Amino acid sequence: MSEVGPKELRIVGFLCNWCSYGGADTAGVSRFKQPTDLRIIRVPCSGRVDPLFVVKALLNGADGVLVSGCHPRDCHYSDGNFYARRRLEMLKRLLPFLGIDDKRFHYTWISASEGQRWQQTVTDFTKQIHKLGPLHSGKEAQQ
Amino acid sequence: MSLDKLKQIITDVMKEVDVVIGYKQGFDPLHATPCFITKPEQVDQVIWNPLCVQNLASYLTSLKKKVGVIVKGCDSRTIVQFMQEGLIDRSKVVVIGIPCTGVVSVRKVLEKVKHEPIEEVKFSDDGMVIVKTPSGETKMALSEVAPDKCETCQYPTPVLYDHLAGEPITSTKDPQSVFKDIEEFDKKSLEEKKAYWEKEFDRCIRCYACRNACPMCVCQDSCIAESREPHWVSQKSNLTEKMMFHMIHALHLAGRCVECGECERACPMGIPVNKLKRKINSDMKVLFGYEPGVKPEDKPPMFTFSVEEKNIEEHKL
Repeated sequence: MSEVGPKELRIVGFLCNWCSYGGADTAGVSRFKQPTDLRIIRVPCSGRVDPLFVVKALLNGADGVLVSGCHPRDCHYSDGNFYARRRLEMLKRLLPFLGIDDKRFHYTWISASEGQRWQQTVTDFTKQIHKLGPLHSGKEAQQ
Repeated sequence: MSLDKLKQIITDVMKEVDVVIGYKQGFDPLHATPCFITKPEQVDQVIWNPLCVQNLASYLTSLKKKVGVIVKGCDSRTIVQFMQEGLIDRSKVVVIGIPCTGVVSVRKVLEKVKHEPIEEVKFSDDGMVIVKTPSGETKMALSEVAPDKCETCQYPTPVLYDHLAGEPITSTKDPQSVFKDIEEFDKKSLEEKKAYWEKEFDRCIRCYACRNACPMCVCQDSCIAESREPHWVSQKSNLTEKMMFHMIHALHLAGRCVECGECERACPMGIPVNKLKRKINSDMKVLFGYEPGVKPEDKPPMFTFSVEEKNIEEHKL
């Protein structure tokens, strides 16, 4: 059961294989309690995340999108997350221009050992999305 | 700028290139159309007036020959951007620059004369456009019917050229107010902005004219808007798919758009498609101090990174 509310929302998480996915795994292995609204998509690197992935998710039914990669300077491919940082920052500034609250999109850096930090991030982000409510009305979702 | 001087330059350039791209009279007096000059006798077709709106630099990436091209200030930024991205071989391009005092928006002129057939178009020296239709003559100021891009134009003289037809002119427009409309729009509430884009994009007929006219859309037949694998946008005609298409166009131009305004000019539905790209450009300026298509030695911000980003702060939840 979700900790934050009775009704689940749809949150998509793009996690890099080497750090954040490991971090989420660490949180799971340590049996940290987490909200269940987030669905994780594992990507090779945060640099693999095209800003269009985020836009596509938000336009097609997701209520929030979380992107997480290795800390800057810790990228498995040495510079993937540096590119990601520029792209995602650009996107974060563009979303409000389109009328989508930029609080619905968050990008962060979490390493494989930071299970606690992962739990905190997921809980806080899920709370934030629940505060904002669903992005789409029922009618739009049917299209 | 005299037309004779331009023709003289073209004749000279003809000796060293296979084709020169310029403008000639289109199907009616209000339209100019691109022309490809390969023979000396064709030079007489060439015209130059504020109706020469097209960005001829768009052709450069698809031509393998040695090309001479006529560019206005705004179009010249396209060539610089191509150079930054390594899309053209500069030694195969001869740039004929024209200092431009502003062009007209054909759509705005047609609205003024209520879409009547055009019999004659004249330009007076004091910046007036005189359009003759069956119901009489209409006189309008050039600034009244100029496209939006001319209102904030910073580069009336091409930023790069091999030959310049005329004397260089400097911009009188305030560089601080280039993104004023974008800033104004961004101040509106989220609901207002959402409603605005829904209304605008709902008109989109997905003809992809904006993409086809865009000089920086260089993927040609590999555009992801038309690929089935991966299937980014479906054939459904709903707002979600239309929005998605415009986001593809905007995000693929992030930090690359030279604001030539071809997308808006080509749009048959009058959607302000350039607005999204200009918003990204305004952010590029704030974040990386970068302006597309100005210095050939620059690197587009999305093609590179710095380990410590000065202007990007970590976001807290």
